[in-house]
Amino acid sequence: MRALLTSWLAALVLLCAPMAQAELTIDITRGNEQATPIAVVPFAEDGVSMSTDIARIVSEDLRRSGYFAPLARQDMFARPASSDDVTYGDWQALDTRYLVVGRVSQEDGNLRIRYELMDVAGESRMLGETVTTGPDQPRAAAHHVSDQVFEAITDIRGAFSTRIAYVTSEGIGDNTQYRLMVADADGHNSHQALTSNEPIMSPAWSPDGNKLAYVSFEGGRPGIYVQEVSSGRRVKLTSFEGLNSAPSWSPDGRRLAIALSRDGQPEIYTIDIASQELTRITRNPSIETEPSWAPDGRSLIYTSDRSGGPQIYRQALNGGSPERLTYTGDYNARARFAPDGEAIFLIHKGNNGYQVARQDLDNGRLVELSDARQAESPSVAPNGTMVIFATQEGSRGVLGVVSADGRASFRLPATQGDVREPAWSPFLN
Amino acid sequence: MQLKPYVRSLAVAFSLALVAGCSSIGGTQDGSMSGSGTAGVAGTSGTSGVGTGQVNGSGTGNGSGLNGGSGQMADSRIPATRTIYFAFDSDTIRPEFQSVLNAHASFLRNNTNASVVLQGHTDERGTREYNLALGERRAGAVEEFLSVQGVSPSQVDVVSYGEERPAARGSNEQAYAQNRRVVFAY
Repeated sequence: MRALLTSWLAALVLLCAPMAQAELTIDITRGNEQATPIAVVPFAEDGVSMSTDIARIVSEDLRRSGYFAPLARQDMFARPASSDDVTYGDWQALDTRYLVVGRVSQEDGNLRIRYELMDVAGESRMLGETVTTGPDQPRAAAHHVSDQVFEAITDIRGAFSTRIAYVTSEGIGDNTQYRLMVADADGHNSHQALTSNEPIMSPAWSPDGNKLAYVSFEGGRPGIYVQEVSSGRRVKLTSFEGLNSAPSWSPDGRRLAIALSRDGQPEIYTIDIASQELTRITRNPSIETEPSWAPDGRSLIYTSDRSGGPQIYRQALNGGSPERLTYTGDYNARARFAPDGEAIFLIHKGNNGYQVARQDLDNGRLVELSDARQAESPSVAPNGTMVIFATQEGSRGVLGVVSADGRASFRLPATQGDVREPAWSPFLN
Repeated sequence: MQLKPYVRSLAVAFSLALVAGCSSIGGTQDGSMSGSGTAGVAGTSGTSGVGTGQVNGSGTGNGSGLNGGSGQMADSRIPATRTIYFAFDSDTIRPEFQSVLNAHASFLRNNTNASVVLQGHTDERGTREYNLALGERRAGAVEEFLSVQGVSPSQVDVVSYGEERPAARGSNEQAYAQNRRVVFAY
């Protein structure tokens, strides 16, 4: 029965049709004035003619991180392709701290990318690597270069080779088309994972990056589904009476924390994916929803309106009383842990409307990060440096990204439709 | 269990056609705090909006047929007004909509084969999953009202869509007022 259901559901899923019209493009909305100057010189092309500008992708990755201010190409006096060609004085005169150079060649039908990173002030080579990749993977290779450069300078693992999932909708009323999309973290290479004329909500990546849990209203009722990203195969995990919502993966990938209203008001449960065994976590005559699993697996945070408005609470999974975490303002909801577990990112309503905020757990201090309209659905990059969220531009939904310290932000506007509920994948390599 | 929701989704689709039909509602500025005058306007326009939908929505008759309800008798017709509206952050049923609910209660009591899905909706403000819970609370308030009026619980089902299925687009109070609603989907 279970296998039958699974294959029947898999047949319903439209498999990864490329969606060129849904590509996202980048607008920097707020630069970081303390960003480090870096120059990424256009890579030399030895016997190949590249349609993809690898140095441009690296440069944009680094700019979007908020940590770097890449030098404009027209300001480059020289275009060295290897460390041997570099005259450090040229770059010191431009106040550039770091320099990335490289060249692309072809080898047995593959692309061979040789790149190097230099410390301009120290006049030394920090990093050099040769990457071989398939001819159709230049963007992935470029993101790899960005990851290596970012980590060599900041000591923080780069998150440029990750992906995002998000939901789009077009139309109104019963003509609305909902899509679950998966794209590279910079918005390129988007693919459709599911389409439906009923709402799709709450995509969440499994910790191994292979699956997405989400809520779909297909058939007129909400159910929680788990879908393998590469194959589109999926199972319907829950379809209880009432709400089936807000899935969040346990760090070991075996369970989901979810919100169900099968017993009256919405409550937090965990469900074992293999056995489908349910465990009830909260018990309150109020709304409990939007759970998020702590990185150490030992507790959950969730939204509850037991005090009147929505606030964030924390519940240890081995029992005990819940602890209220947020006290700033009367609306704090949909919190997500930072990867190190030391802060939470949430939606806070203050004088500036609904914004993404960070609250440090040791001192309880809450700081607004975004300056956006109707910010929703914050999702943290796996290295903790950036938060992607949904906002509005004109009359439609777009995605925004803000650095975890609030100093840099940018938009990823879609060319059509409403975009919302971004979910940042874990590290994929 | 697999088929019944599908049939229901047809009913949902019909009712949404009705909602989509009510394109312009005038003059609801700050519908949020109960306010008598404002609420009156919303009530009136709600009625006319759904009425408009019914003209092009003869499909609603089919909708009830699908659910095996109501015969052809004139007094067994599904009440024309199938959407009621709520104040901001509220699940309180406004006085002007009590007659609408009474009509549905009476219809359901007299047509025990008919069933209805109460679809709860919110405006776009706030987080989506929390709004899903608020939409359920609204639909639940209507369910409770019907139950007190003697409607059998087996005839009533609740599905919350939160902010996912707006009747009107736009980030202004006029759109918000149209979106904070419970729809009777037969």
